[in-house]
Amino acid sequence: MLLIVRMCMKEHTIPGTTIFDGRLAMKGYALNKMCFSFNDAVNREAFRQDEEAYCRKFGLTAEQRAAVRSRDVLQLLEAGGNIYYLAKWAGIFGLNVQQLGAQQRGMSEEDFTQMLLQAGGR
Amino acid sequence: MANIVGAVATSHIPAIGRAIERNLQNEPYWKPFFDGYRPVRDWIQGVRPDLAIVVYNDHGLNFFLDKMPTFAVGAAPEYHNADEGWGLSVTRPYPGFPEMSWHLVESLISDEFDITMCQEMLVDHGFTVPMSLLWPGKDSRPVRTIPICINTVQFPYPSPTRCLKLGQAVGRAVESFEADLNVLIVGTGGLSHQLEGKRAGFINPDFDRLCMNKIVQEPEVLAAYSTQDLIRFCGSQGVEFLNWLVMRGAVPGAVVERHRNYHVPISNTAGATMILEKCGVAHPDAVSLTVP
Repeated sequence: MLLIVRMCMKEHTIPGTTIFDGRLAMKGYALNKMCFSFNDAVNREAFRQDEEAYCRKFGLTAEQRAAVRSRDVLQLLEAGGNIYYLAKWAGIFGLNVQQLGAQQRGMSEEDFTQMLLQAGGR
Repeated sequence: MANIVGAVATSHIPAIGRAIERNLQNEPYWKPFFDGYRPVRDWIQGVRPDLAIVVYNDHGLNFFLDKMPTFAVGAAPEYHNADEGWGLSVTRPYPGFPEMSWHLVESLISDEFDITMCQEMLVDHGFTVPMSLLWPGKDSRPVRTIPICINTVQFPYPSPTRCLKLGQAVGRAVESFEADLNVLIVGTGGLSHQLEGKRAGFINPDFDRLCMNKIVQEPEVLAAYSTQDLIRFCGSQGVEFLNWLVMRGAVPGAVVERHRNYHVPISNTAGATMILEKCGVAHPDAVSLTVP
């Protein structure tokens, strides 16, 4: 069964880009479901109070729990996280999209912001 | 019959909403972006829309991966915003237009677009930020609204061609609605940007300009791109350009570009707005607007 699934799913490759396809949607379901719950302030607070327990409540895998602990966005993407739901998780720590981008590119926030300004020819 | 007056395309990122909340419109960073909306608001005042059909994508407020519609049409008496998790203030509800929604639903499905119909639909920043840009003031609700949500979260997304055709079907539906009212189509999101992966921060002004040039008279050239190529050229979130294709398709026949503004960067994105007026919808203010 698993073999058939693998054969049916095409690989999507664009360098440095995660295409959130069926494979990742299955892999990341629990992680994304937890992040979706962060639309609710009560749930954000519950996560803050006891992160590990909150992750277990949603059935995150060991890989996903480790990724959450690491605060590493690339690791969270690898564990099946979808950026739109992960953004809600990042909101708990007050991280903005420049900080998230800088972290993923391995740059300082300042360099990342400068890169964006240069894209606009400044 | 209902009359489509034209379309407005606009960026929709949360940072714009935050800048509006903090009154930063005249700060040097934001001014070149916000100044681009003055002509848009003037134009809207001139064409006097009664209804705005807002084509956007949900970012994980209303829809989750348990059930992810490719195309969803709102059919609610009003649309509520809610906490998205990262601090944007919740806006007041937006009045809907259920009679038109059900007409849209029936027309689209008889036209072979098997959309999802939603009598409750939370609208996120993809909808609320454009509303705040086009009709400023947190209590200002001068038009009725119908949201159309396009899946850009879970691959596979609808193809660019399919999105253009959906738009055309929306246009046919609207113009067969028996009521004397003006309808504005709003296409939200974009232009190029990418939030995730090692390519985070990707912006592609050349491709954005191509998109803005071609969407006026030759949207089919853009619709011919594969979804993956669209992601390649405009980034994994720039793929929101699909919403613009639906928007363009919805305006029947030829359009005139009345205005555009393009500014890089706003937050991690290329900010853009355009007015596409349906040919023959001349109004007294039209002459004062310049085509770049």
